[in-house]
Amino acid sequence: MAKLTREDVLKLAYLARLEIDESEIDRYQTELNEILKYVEQLQDVPVDTLSPTNQVTGLTNVTRDDCLIDYGYRPSDLLINVPAVVDNQIKVKRIL
Amino acid sequence: MSQWPDLKTLADNVRSRKTTATELVQQSLKIIADKESYQAIISTLDDAALKRAAEIDKNIASGKTEGRLLGIPFIAKDNFLVFGGETTAASNILKGFIAPYQATAINKLEAEGAICVAKANLDAFAHGASTENSDFMVTKNPFDKSRVPGGSSGGSAAAVALEMAPFALGTDTGGSIRQPASFCGVVGYKPTYGLVSRSGVIAMASSTDVIGPLTKTVNDAALILDIMAGVDRLDSTMIERDSANYDELKAELKGARIGIVEEYMGPGLDSGVKNTINKTITACQSQGANIKPVSLPSVTYALAVYYIICPAELSSNLSRYDGQRFGYSYPKATSLEESYIKSRSIGFGREAKRRIMIGTHVLSSGYYDAYYKKAQTVRTKLINEFNETFKEVDYLLGPVAPTTAFKIGQNADDPLKMYLSDIMTVAANLTGIPAISVPGGMSNNLPVGVQLMAPQKHDRQLLALALAVEGVMK
Repeated sequence: MAKLTREDVLKLAYLARLEIDESEIDRYQTELNEILKYVEQLQDVPVDTLSPTNQVTGLTNVTRDDCLIDYGYRPSDLLINVPAVVDNQIKVKRIL
Repeated sequence: MSQWPDLKTLADNVRSRKTTATELVQQSLKIIADKESYQAIISTLDDAALKRAAEIDKNIASGKTEGRLLGIPFIAKDNFLVFGGETTAASNILKGFIAPYQATAINKLEAEGAICVAKANLDAFAHGASTENSDFMVTKNPFDKSRVPGGSSGGSAAAVALEMAPFALGTDTGGSIRQPASFCGVVGYKPTYGLVSRSGVIAMASSTDVIGPLTKTVNDAALILDIMAGVDRLDSTMIERDSANYDELKAELKGARIGIVEEYMGPGLDSGVKNTINKTITACQSQGANIKPVSLPSVTYALAVYYIICPAELSSNLSRYDGQRFGYSYPKATSLEESYIKSRSIGFGREAKRRIMIGTHVLSSGYYDAYYKKAQTVRTKLINEFNETFKEVDYLLGPVAPTTAFKIGQNADDPLKMYLSDIMTVAANLTGIPAISVPGGMSNNLPVGVQLMAPQKHDRQLLALALAVEGVMK
């Protein structure tokens, strides 16, 4: 498969909402291409009619009763790590 | 000489008031302080642990002496949410994070009287095989300070080897309990996928993550598994546990059909590691085990499968670190997007960024079929081969890793070389089967682990075999 270009690396970083320092782009480009080259050995593995495996438990449709479970937490307990809280709500930068 | 007797004896000693929970916690905290130079521990929970110990001692004085781990201190990898201190996953982005709730595994251990005294170092977010990817420090191998303890549960493995506590908890996504156990000469157990609740443990790759114990003996690992196993409504990926206990084991090698995976014994395997495995095989044979070479051709592709599926899943799991609800938040952002980008770019380390970008690439439109779907399909092929092999043999035996503990810095600049350390452990994660690392001996003064595997849900049988192997290797 085609190797990642510098532009590809920057695009991937942006898709993942990451910013890469100009001085580090070359290094990431080399490392990512080495990893991709290694995993591309799978292209040669014949898999015929096999289906993909998403999970290994064999569980399907795990459900629970649709009821309130009281774990005894107060909103303030659950908001202790939030950078900005106003009236028990998470404050973020303007969206619209 | 060992500081700690086995867990059962230790709990009985507390119960019969030969010692107290407070004394055990103090002893553990003292050893942690004395051996600080190994950098195995990120934080200690002195106040919370001593408070809990005092409560337990008070209960014992008033006749409440139940608990299979009564008064026993332990150490959790710092990706378990534990009350009483920070949970960082050894990452800058979670520095200062206080657990708002506690992991189910911790709750279950506490219900039996155990006391969490400290949080152990790891590769940040469990991405690594040496603890060198920790954003805070590199843990030193207890047998040679110039070498790594393995990873990602390197702090937990080193802590148990250094006797900082009688047992520790780790997580194993691609070998992160077994490989450090091998490098540090302790027992490391990876249960069947889904047997132990992961609620309150920081997610890496959700389809392969499991949690498990690091201990001095197989019996201790079995006891911890027995306490932690079982359905939890906070984790919807769980399977039913055995109704029988996991810790009532009958060690038996006679008649056990043990397969030796040929692909793990080939070139690239360190000669000292190979000798240890061969010695183990001979010892098992002399006790009546039926040894048979087996071939699982797809295990040679398991690492490539893993390094597609794992980054794909973790890139999704790490998207929640956006600087808005918890974790590092860039204070000078003028827009929401800038806040996301700056918070993540400053907060995440190099390895996390690398894996997030690989994961983003293999899941992206146009590449999804070629990478992710293909990897999942080869995963099916791998599972089929294991199922076929387990019709002929009951267990598999082989090395945990191709080498003993390597030098600090030796693989640090080459991510792919570091990934190769997982080559013999990832198959158990991709197939969901249980696996264990048992100390097998020493090579050039460094420990070598022996890996044993069994079919899914055969945890009790696997632990019984491990107990027998531990016996013959002593």
